[in-house]
Amino acid sequence: MQKLERNAAGRMVPVEVNGEKAVPYKGVAVYKPAGRRAAPPIATCADYPDDGNKVLPDLRTALEKAGLRSGMTISTHHHFRNGDLVANRIFDVAAEMDVRDLRWVPSASFPCHAPNIRHLESGVIHHIEGSMNGPLGDYTSEGKMRGMAVLRSHGGRYQAIQDGEVHIDIAVVAAPETDPFGNCNGLHGPSACGGLGFAVADAEYADRVIVVTDNLVPFPCVPWQISGNRVDSVVVVDKIGDPAQIVSGTTQITRSPDRLLIAEMVAKFIDAAGILREGFSFQAGAGGTALAFALYLKNLMKERGIRARFIRGGSTKYLVEMLEEGLTDYILDGQTFDLFGVRSMGTNPRHVNTTPFTSYNYHGKGNFASQIDAVVLGATEVDVNYNANVVTHSDGRLLHGIGGWQNCLFSKCTILAVPAYRDRIPVIIDEVTTLCGPGELIDVIVTERGIAINPRRGDLLAAMKGSGLPIRTIGEIQAEVDRLCGKPSRPKSGERVVAAIKWVDGTVIDAVRQVAH
Amino acid sequence: MARAAEAGRKAPDVRSDCWVRIVPAESGGIDLAIKSKVESMYGESLRTSILEGCERLKIRNAAVQLEDAGALPFVLMARLETAARRAYEGKIGAGWLPETQPGSRARTTRERFRRSRLYLPGNEPKFLLNAGLHRPDGVILDLEDSVAPAEKDAARILVRNALRVIDFGDAERMVRINPLPLGLDDLEAVVPENVHVILIPKCESAETLREVDAKVRSILGANGARVFLMPIVETALGILRAQEIAAASPNVIALTIGLEDYTADIGAQRTAEGRESFFARSMIVAAARAAGVAPIDTVFSDVADEAGLLASVLEAKGLGFEGKGCIHPNQIRVIHEGFAPTADEIAKATRIVRAFEDAQARGLGVVSLGSKMIDPPVVKRALRTVDLAIRSGQMEEGWRGGDDAKA
Repeated sequence: MQKLERNAAGRMVPVEVNGEKAVPYKGVAVYKPAGRRAAPPIATCADYPDDGNKVLPDLRTALEKAGLRSGMTISTHHHFRNGDLVANRIFDVAAEMDVRDLRWVPSASFPCHAPNIRHLESGVIHHIEGSMNGPLGDYTSEGKMRGMAVLRSHGGRYQAIQDGEVHIDIAVVAAPETDPFGNCNGLHGPSACGGLGFAVADAEYADRVIVVTDNLVPFPCVPWQISGNRVDSVVVVDKIGDPAQIVSGTTQITRSPDRLLIAEMVAKFIDAAGILREGFSFQAGAGGTALAFALYLKNLMKERGIRARFIRGGSTKYLVEMLEEGLTDYILDGQTFDLFGVRSMGTNPRHVNTTPFTSYNYHGKGNFASQIDAVVLGATEVDVNYNANVVTHSDGRLLHGIGGWQNCLFSKCTILAVPAYRDRIPVIIDEVTTLCGPGELIDVIVTERGIAINPRRGDLLAAMKGSGLPIRTIGEIQAEVDRLCGKPSRPKSGERVVAAIKWVDGTVIDAVRQVAH
Repeated sequence: MARAAEAGRKAPDVRSDCWVRIVPAESGGIDLAIKSKVESMYGESLRTSILEGCERLKIRNAAVQLEDAGALPFVLMARLETAARRAYEGKIGAGWLPETQPGSRARTTRERFRRSRLYLPGNEPKFLLNAGLHRPDGVILDLEDSVAPAEKDAARILVRNALRVIDFGDAERMVRINPLPLGLDDLEAVVPENVHVILIPKCESAETLREVDAKVRSILGANGARVFLMPIVETALGILRAQEIAAASPNVIALTIGLEDYTADIGAQRTAEGRESFFARSMIVAAARAAGVAPIDTVFSDVADEAGLLASVLEAKGLGFEGKGCIHPNQIRVIHEGFAPTADEIAKATRIVRAFEDAQARGLGVVSLGSKMIDPPVVKRALRTVDLAIRSGQMEEGWRGGDDAKA
């Protein structure tokens, strides 16, 4: 029987996750662990070749040399998104070596990682701590994984590694350009992806670091986004990623008229709220609606002659064009979504590679996310108290990772751009199926049926007077959708907790239960 | 005799719709099988409403199969009714209608702007739901060309239900019926549901309009609401009779043209330049103006070509048209921009309106601007330009209080 406790958000959450003590969520900015950061073992350069050549013949040799054995924690990263060819190979090798019960900590998983289900079935992988998308989400939701999944934000992953909650035994970094010493970057080569920010914590804190590349260049590989001084070995393979999938289809602007309407309203809202002013900043993701928003905003900026100080990406062609047209001084890029972004980061000093440490980290002395004037995000559900869900479908099935979503909520104005319903399923509901973001951090909900402003933001409500924008209460939008769709009943779920949802500070904000059969 | 029948659609890409199959039986009650994408939230409600529907439609013994891709209740009701009508050849209980929603009671006026009218395929629920949110001047629920011949019955029921439930906002509620006599059956279904305008396709004679008027009166009664008519002229004969058509009924509020059929009818190819249709379009403008109704242009069919659309709108405006059809919500904004008055037009119109109001305030019968006398039609036109400028967001409602225009 799993022991549960009610946390500060009123959700019943496990107090033990995979045999380790877990702290229930206590509120925003309440939980502050003390002590010293975790640290990797002391290394000695005498143990590494003087000529700097750390290349090993293959992944198995590297894993053996790193001491791979049952029960270890292995980390990988999602810079190649659905085009990753490395993560699966690690567990194939582990299976060949008869290793079992591994904890896999990807910075995100994608449908391309579905083959790892057989390693979960056979016992090579014990459980996954990372995002659970597609087939892995279903597998977890159906209660088939032996351990409990743990979902963290990008910032939360960094936090967990830093404060020792997650100790990584072996980090495997797939790098598009690498030298024999292990200096590497994501900028060049057939699998170029831009930055390697998600692997920075791992390289710094893991016991062993293996770099896998398909593009070995002579020393020095410049710039080194990850320094070879942290790398144990380098492995060269034919192909680490599928370029067509690395820059996946997410960077298409939506053609849906309803989504375009939402995007346009977000841009108008930001204008009417007075956020759109010289030197402002914003963040928009690479989803179709967010991209369309950026285009509408761009037009407004051009009309008014307004220039942003910085834009946080997810960079795409559209943000790069804004940089090149002088509409922003900088792009602070956490994840590069298309080849325009990759090219720009490699050539434009104002297109800056950032990491979850600089942008999102809870244990940093401040971070970038809270300094941003406005951020536009999506969600699967929002409740009438502005709490939002981003990881499960309304039927309780895991379908997205948290990504940087939780971290971005700390911006000065957090806007969720969502349709009011999807295929009869209302997005605005009485209570979210899974709580990922507390309503006190969510300021505005923009739907095709109107804009709802969190009553805590009296300033924004006042700014909308006379704007002509369709400002409504969240209850009004909900009632309209319920009239159209019918009031939904709450899906039944099983009792067993299959996943813990972490808040940015490492506490458990909610639990995901097994879906009912 | 009852037979197995189905309605609606099922395929992996279907959204907001459902598929219903009814296999009539002699006994055993209703044997229900439901597969739904929204089962976890609406499973119970789907079961209840199908059973209620069977009762209201007087289906007592049948196997009923539902495959649902998130159909809203009014869609589910339409599909079940269609399958039932097909299965029992119309011999079913009447009156299983969705409750009318407040948003369905909007009104219209003869004088309103009809710059954009958005065509919505009548048998596609997903396009109907949010159409009004894009703020077209009108929505056309189409029963004609966008509906396959075998689905005319299904579309008629779906459109009827949509008219009861969907709030199209400020958009005028229009239905394009099929050519008569099929169109007369369409009228039976939709006219009671607060339709503002009936579009009559392939219109070639005044007689057709009189027939539609008579049918509407027989449905709504002599004192019933007025339903406006917009004939669509699509043939050479229709063009030559445009004047007679435009003047055929006091209910005609606009005259429009369909160029695909017209160009085929005159034996020409439709070109981007449009020289082949210049005469017809000008004829429409002249006939409409002569009858005191609005001339409305056809659609621009390349949805991706915004620049082409704008050019086409400006050309239409230049010829004298007041509106244009659209086939995608993304075209609405461009059309409104195109028909928006220019800064010069606004400046001139506001001067005239001020002079008119000044003359009225002083009790003068004659409006003059400087040394020029202004005729009443010019005043009327100026008032309309000012209204249009306000509607297009170029002027404030309270413009009289201050500056003429924002731009």
